[in-house]
Amino acid sequence: MDTSSSFMRLKGLIKKETIQIIRDPSSIGIAFFLPAVLLIIFGYGVSLDAEHVPIGIVIEKPSHEATSFISGFYESDFFRPKIYPDAKKAQYSLMNREIIGFVWIKSDFPKNLLSGESAPIGVILNGVDANQAKIVSGYITGVWMKWLSAYSKDKALSIKVPIEIKHRIWFNAAVRSRNFLVPGLIAVIMTLIGGMLTSLVVAREWERGTMEALLVTPVRIKEVIIGKVIPYFILGMGGMALSVFIAIYIFDVPFRGSFLWLFLASSLFMLTAIALGLIISIASESQFVAGQIAIVITFLPAFMLSGFVFDINSMPLPIQWITHIVAARYFVSILQSLFLAGDIWEIFIKNCMWLFLMAVVLFLIIKKKSHKRLI
Amino acid sequence: MLRRIIALCIKEFIVLLKNRKSRLVLIIPPVAQLIVFGYAATFDLKDVAVAIYNKDQGEFSRQLISHFKGSDVFKIVADLNSENEIATVLTLKKALMVLHFPQDFSRNILKGQSGQVQLLLDGRNSNTALIALNYANTIVADFNKAVADRYGAKVFPATLKVRSWFNEQLDSHWFIIPGIVGLLTIVVTLEVTALSIAKEKEAGTFDQLLVTPFKPIEILIGKSLPGFIIGLLEGSFIIFMACFWFEIPLRGSIVALYFGLLTFLLSAIGIGLMISTIALTQQQALMGAFMFLVPSVVLSGFATPISNMPEIVQKMTLLNPMRYVLIIIRSVFLQGAGMELLWSQYVAMSIIGIISLLIAGMLFKKRVY
Repeated sequence: MDTSSSFMRLKGLIKKETIQIIRDPSSIGIAFFLPAVLLIIFGYGVSLDAEHVPIGIVIEKPSHEATSFISGFYESDFFRPKIYPDAKKAQYSLMNREIIGFVWIKSDFPKNLLSGESAPIGVILNGVDANQAKIVSGYITGVWMKWLSAYSKDKALSIKVPIEIKHRIWFNAAVRSRNFLVPGLIAVIMTLIGGMLTSLVVAREWERGTMEALLVTPVRIKEVIIGKVIPYFILGMGGMALSVFIAIYIFDVPFRGSFLWLFLASSLFMLTAIALGLIISIASESQFVAGQIAIVITFLPAFMLSGFVFDINSMPLPIQWITHIVAARYFVSILQSLFLAGDIWEIFIKNCMWLFLMAVVLFLIIKKKSHKRLI
Repeated sequence: MLRRIIALCIKEFIVLLKNRKSRLVLIIPPVAQLIVFGYAATFDLKDVAVAIYNKDQGEFSRQLISHFKGSDVFKIVADLNSENEIATVLTLKKALMVLHFPQDFSRNILKGQSGQVQLLLDGRNSNTALIALNYANTIVADFNKAVADRYGAKVFPATLKVRSWFNEQLDSHWFIIPGIVGLLTIVVTLEVTALSIAKEKEAGTFDQLLVTPFKPIEILIGKSLPGFIIGLLEGSFIIFMACFWFEIPLRGSIVALYFGLLTFLLSAIGIGLMISTIALTQQQALMGAFMFLVPSVVLSGFATPISNMPEIVQKMTLLNPMRYVLIIIRSVFLQGAGMELLWSQYVAMSIIGIISLLIAGMLFKKRVY
């Protein structure tokens, strides 16, 4: 094969593809407008930080002690307390999802406090959203402990807890869930965009019948593929850059790594996403099938199996193996580290190797599949 | 009229099912996803990697460590020998959490003071870190109680008795798997209906359909029925699997559940038909379906609570049928709710369904004449 003429053909193809992109703004829209809109909606919408959680407080008999206990709920931004005179009414609100749970202070609370026995305070939570219930339970415990130390100081009781925990959360000291969700969302959204961009292009070529026209020219199949990948790669990287910009400047996610590393990892990831899109459009003759497959193998796995919300290590082992073929998994890991922790060579290289491997395998599949189709 | 609708419906089914690939695509992905996501989607942690840096020689630190070892949640992966190693294991994700006992830990406890243990967590996924911290708090609280009992220390003046209704163990699968019913049902229904009319337009058979004695309303009904039936079957299958495979308790009335599923399907086909009448090609219809599906999954309360969203986004979710059906499914499954607690959800979904069907009808007529 004459390399210089191959290069010339490739240049021609890329030029043609670029002109097509410029003339048809829909692909520019998909590459730039869509990720920006999705990231802004999701970035604001997806949050695990609860605030002003409606909580019921049942006080059967008002007393000084009960008031001092519940004041903690009013001081915290986390809760929005609502007082009930009896548990029946609170129960009804709980069933109606008006409150997530209630704290139940019985009428004998002041008496029990002084008795030397422990006075029980009932906490009843709606466990339907188990994660939320756990977090709320943690915060209620916090209010209780704060009250306990104030109370014992007040009454000059010498209560010492044997073991105290001092915790520090690294890389995200404020425990802002947006800081890890937004980088994760970038990976999910770019999976979507990469797949969509390319599956659109090849389908379009077949639809308009221009693929046949391409086939009778001296262009090789390799060149056709490269000619398609390069322009859409550049377009996708543009969308990626925009997303990172939004993450840093609109969502205030700290970026502690270097842009060069980000660029390298993103390039590898974009290649896998584009390759996946190409495979989808090559492998499925009908649009219905292509559509189903696109959702099934791009968006949902990236959402569920990438570790962006659900912790991969806690999944059953066979599912953990499956996550290894989800490219977003590696990219989420790289992004979360680059954004929050900085350039960490070991994590970067390990995940990049996997991405590289995936890209190679995917392009080999494309090469094989497209041959069948063209000859 | 009925005969014509049935005929059209049969034809639609033949188109959908005649091709092996498209048959498979209707069956395999939902089953595979249900199984994979059913197991994968959990906020509960297990085998959290913990590293220990223990400068204390006393018995208390050893005992506390063995409590951590004994729990299902934690797995001790390393014993560290220096402060520097803490940074290494955390940054390289070798451990999610480090327990750091200072030299005077046991000594302080014996003196009647508090021994302080430092917990360092990798906050790159701060939700995971918080949950792990919660588990650690529980272990330490239990240990405290045991120590206090043993040394006859004063009891706390008040204690919390926490109970969680409807999900005593707070198993997050019970929350997520009923959600998958809504998720997979809308994916398949929306796609089948969104493509139904666009497909004919692209193939040019739409004009042929118009010259038949079908009235527009009959075409719309005939086109929407297959999506409705397939959605109903898949929804039922997933409900069945949730009950018998994942063993999620179904405590409420089946009638309330199915009434929710039916109104949900109504809104899904309404939106699907709307997309299908607007789109000129299947490509556009698919894009439309996709563009509706992705935000409606993410902003439905499926994984992250709606109440955490900013006010304006919460308002937007009122337009999302997923939001309502998730409440219905979860309430019926876990809370044992009947229809009386859920009527506002039914009404909201029916309104979305009726309005989108009306819009689809209007757009359809405009395209016809």
